[in-house]
Order: sequence, then C-alpha cells, then structure tokens
Amino acid sequence: MEATTTPTTEPERKAKHTKSDTASGAWYPRWYWPSFTGPGTIWMIVLFLLPFYTVLAVAFGTVDPLFRTPLPVYQPWWWSFATFQTTLQKFYVAPAVYQPPLIRTFEYVFVASLICLVIGYAVAYYAARYAGKYRIPILVLLVAPFWISYLMRIYAWQSLLQPDGYVNDILMALGLVSQPVLWLSGKGITVVLGLVYGYIPFMILPLFGSLDRINQNLLEAGRDLGASPSQTFRRVTLPLSKPAILAGLVIVSLPMLGDYYTNNLLGSTRTSMYGNLIDGSVGQAGQGPEAGSLVLILMVIVIVPMLYYLRETRRAAENA
Amino acid sequence: MSDVVLSPPSTAARSGSWLTRWRRNPWRKPRILQAVTIGYLLWSLIPVVIAVIFSFNAGRSRSTWQGFSMRWWTGDPFDSLFHDPSLRTAMLQTFRLSFITVLIAVPLGTAFAIGIDRWHGRPARPANFVMLLSFVVPEMILGVSLFLLFTNMLKNLVPLGTPAQILGLATFQMSYPVIIVRARLLSIGPEYEEAAMDLGAKPGQSIRRVLLPLLSPAILASVAVTFADSVDDFVIVRYLSGPANSEPLSVKIYSAARSSPTPAVNAAATVMLLATMAMIIVGYLIYRRYAKGTGDAGDMASFTQL
Repeated sequence: MEATTTPTTEPERKAKHTKSDTASGAWYPRWYWPSFTGPGTIWMIVLFLLPFYTVLAVAFGTVDPLFRTPLPVYQPWWWSFATFQTTLQKFYVAPAVYQPPLIRTFEYVFVASLICLVIGYAVAYYAARYAGKYRIPILVLLVAPFWISYLMRIYAWQSLLQPDGYVNDILMALGLVSQPVLWLSGKGITVVLGLVYGYIPFMILPLFGSLDRINQNLLEAGRDLGASPSQTFRRVTLPLSKPAILAGLVIVSLPMLGDYYTNNLLGSTRTSMYGNLIDGSVGQAGQGPEAGSLVLILMVIVIVPMLYYLRETRRAAENA
Repeated sequence: MSDVVLSPPSTAARSGSWLTRWRRNPWRKPRILQAVTIGYLLWSLIPVVIAVIFSFNAGRSRSTWQGFSMRWWTGDPFDSLFHDPSLRTAMLQTFRLSFITVLIAVPLGTAFAIGIDRWHGRPARPANFVMLLSFVVPEMILGVSLFLLFTNMLKNLVPLGTPAQILGLATFQMSYPVIIVRARLLSIGPEYEEAAMDLGAKPGQSIRRVLLPLLSPAILASVAVTFADSVDDFVIVRYLSGPANSEPLSVKIYSAARSSPTPAVNAAATVMLLATMAMIIVGYLIYRRYAKGTGDAGDMASFTQL
C-alpha cells in the first residue's frame, strides 16, 4: 500500500483507495466488496476445487487390502501412478477392454452433436427470422424441454420404444416392419437419437440468440449487392453465427461425454459409453482408484473445450 | 418478415418445372424450415405429453393404453403415487432439497455476483473463473468428485444423504444466480448507488435500498431457475444419496425405469414436471412485472436469454 510509504491526508488516502478498489469511484472500505465475494469463493474452494484434489488423491492412492475401500494419498510426493497406468492401458493395450466404449462415445457424441446442429440450426433460423407473430409461442415451446426433467424425457421415449409401444405400432400400421423392432436391445441409433433428443435444446438457444441478433440490414445489403439467397446465407449469416455454432457444439458435447443414463435407459452393455465405465466403477469395492483415474481422464478430455467455451462467452460478453 | 407479401416479378424463372420455379423463387415461403420446426416441436413435446397421459392408464402398462383411471395417482392403496410411502418420501425429499438449495445458492451467488462486479482486486478474476468453470463442468465429473470427497476426505464430517446432496446441489447451482445477477448488474451500472450515497446513504443502505430492489427481477429469476433445475437434477443427487429415504423423485424414476415401472412412475414424473413448470411460469410473471418498472424489455426473449 502506498499510503504507508507516502504520508497523505485522510481524504486523499480515501480517494486513492477507492481508485484502486473500484472503478466507479464510490466510497467503500477496502474489504467491502471482497466480503461479498468471499463466502461464494470459499464455498467453491471447499466444494468444487477440493473434490478435484480428492479425485487426484484417490486416483493416485491405494486400496485398503482388507475392506477394499479406497485409501487416498493426500501428499503429492507419495502418489503412486500404478493404478492410473493400468487404467490407461486398458484403453490401448490388448485386450483393451475400455477401448470400444471410448471409441463408441466419441462416435455417438460426434454424430449426435452434428444432428443437434443441423436440426437446431434450422429450427433456430426459422424461429429467429420467419416466426413472425408466432414468435413468442414458438419460443415458449422451444424453451419448454429445458424445464422438463431429462430423465422424464428419456423415460417417455423408453415407453414409446417398447416392443408394444407406439413407435412400433405406427411402423407396423404403415407396413414398414412386419414384427416389432427391438429398439431397446442395444441399438446404437436409439442411443444416439436419445442423446440428440436430450441435449438439442442446449444447442437451439445459443443459436437462436445469435441468429436473432444478426442485423437484417446486413442480409439485405448482401442481397442488394447481388448475392443469391444461398450465397447470403453462406457468406453473411453463417460466418456471423459461427461463434454460436461452436459454443453450441461444445455445450451439447460436454455433458454427452459424461452421459451414462441415456444408455442405461435406452441401450444395453453393447452400447455402453465412457460414462458407463465411470458409473460402473464408482462405489465398487476395490475400484476406488480406478474410478478416480477414469474421472481424471475424462477431465483431461473435456478441459480444452471447456476453456474454449469460457473464453468465447467472455469475448461475446465483452463485445456485446 | 414483410417480404412474403411481395409478389414475385412476373419475369422470374418462367422456364422449368414447377419445382425449379419454386426453388428459384426468392420470395417463396420457407416451407422446409417451417416443416422442420413444426416437426421438431412435435417430436420434442409429444413423447412427454404421452408420458403424462399414461399416468392415468388403468392397467399396469406404460406403453399400451388400457383406459382412464386415477389408479396410479390416488386410487391404488399401495402402489399409487400418493399412497406408496417410498414415492411420497421421494416427493418430499425432492422439494426439501430444492428449497434448501435455493436458500443457499441464491444468496451466496447474488452476493458473489455483486462483489465480483464491483471489486477489481487481484483474486477476483480466478474466483470468477472457478465459478464459471462450475457452470460448464459435466455434472458427471462434479458428482463423482463430490462423492469421493464425502466418502474420503470429509468422511466423518458430511454423511451421504440429505446433507451431502444439499452441498452438492448448491455447488452445482450457484453459478446460475451469479450469471443471471451479473447480467443485470452490467445493465444497471453503479450510478444509482452512487447517487444514493451522494444523497447520504451508507454503503449498506445503498445496497439494501437501491441495488437489491433493482436486482430483484434477476434474483427472482434465479430462484425460479435454481429451484426448477434442482428438482430435475439427477446425477449429483444420485451419487450423493445415502439411505433409501434420501432418494428424490428423479432417482426413484431412474431406478424404476430400469426395473419394472408402473404408470405411478409417470405420475411421479408428472409431479416433477408440474413443479418445475409452475416455478418457471411464476418466475417469468414476476420477472416481467418487475422488469417493466425499470425500463427493461421484459419479454419472453430476454427471459430465455438468461
């Protein structure tokens, strides 16, 4: 603090403090705003950062030989990487039991995110540009799935896809199939469509927000200058909505990467995903370090898209 | 859009089949987009509507309609939603968890947002970063991490069950009020408080009597969003649930869906649906009412952007 080195009068010192403490130039003691941020910050340190440290301690710890419970090691210099290495090797050293679920997860997430993007873009584009007087009802209906529990929505599909469910009833009535399709017997397509169904609202809202903000004059200018509708779309609309597309792709694929319940309700072990590996080892006797290692690997996979998303949203907020 | 009323120039693309003419017509109505949108809306909502209807099914099936009855809501003395003790406990647990989560997450998140908006000290940035990180981290990672925390490091401090579930939910939900309140703070700026303090208010008074009323739409919206999202939460509350009576509706629905569900599960899901919808509608109405007075466009669009 400069106040201790250069003697100043009381009002001057106050002015100096406020200048460094707040940009607004109001009169607050130094501790004033930090005391607002403090409780939330402490909460996050104890219940958000500490858990991650526990994951490390469990992953790099050992197992109680008798009770098979995890024995976490909290001192980094005593960490043992044996379990982590064995877990990692299950992904690429034969018999590589974890490899198929990992590859499957990337495939499912990739396909599901793309479907989300294509459908989501069309819907968001229509809602933003052509909805007209139906704008509010369409928006309400687009937002509604957000507030319906994910579980209920997947459960609803589970009922519809039963052998005697309505999907099979319709297919048979149309004569497309002669006997009920066993949708829930571990079909990749069922799980992918379940993922799309579950996460597409998260894609539509950022896209809608972005497309809605595009200045109509830019599109008209493009048309006036001789671009065809598809050219205007490709060279004006699409580039302007690119940040939202990427943000949407990240925000739908992050939870998909950790998803296990969609597969548990709509698929079988033949369609198990990375999340199922974690869920299968959490709380199992003797598998503590392995569960920790699997979570750790997932964290490494998602950290880059997560940071990208945060950077982009901050940039968007600063530009707004 | 007004250009749909304009008629196409008569010289435009006379040649070719009606399909090429239609395709080349720059003023054609966006039929395909319209079809995709309507199809999407039907696809996204009809399964849920059917699930709600099946809670009134007379038989045990949740996929074949066997007539209307209130059997799974109130009729059946053992298995209906309001008589099955485990479903009743689960319902209570859902509302208990959500209620307490709101009581913790919204005040802490609001205070955090105010502090971070006005304070530019060095720790502010990392604190804000961690808060936003908790917003994007997959719930699976946070759920398992918290489970490992409560079963190892804080083993004898926080038992699995209601205490752990509340701590976990509040952690996961706290970023909502932070984001919603901060967005509002950005739009109102510090001028009102400064004016209040110029007129002689103490810092605490200017917060209580000027800033908080200005923030009330955002705070109420956070309450609605946090409550609704807590009711729907499943991953965290499942990992952190302890004894059977600490399992909320979402966990019960999950377990039942994996074994042999009856339409009572549909009824339970419908209760969750009604609770979240009611909360969101009330939150929206209050938001609109309050936001009007402050010159903010309180339309659906700005509410959904939250």
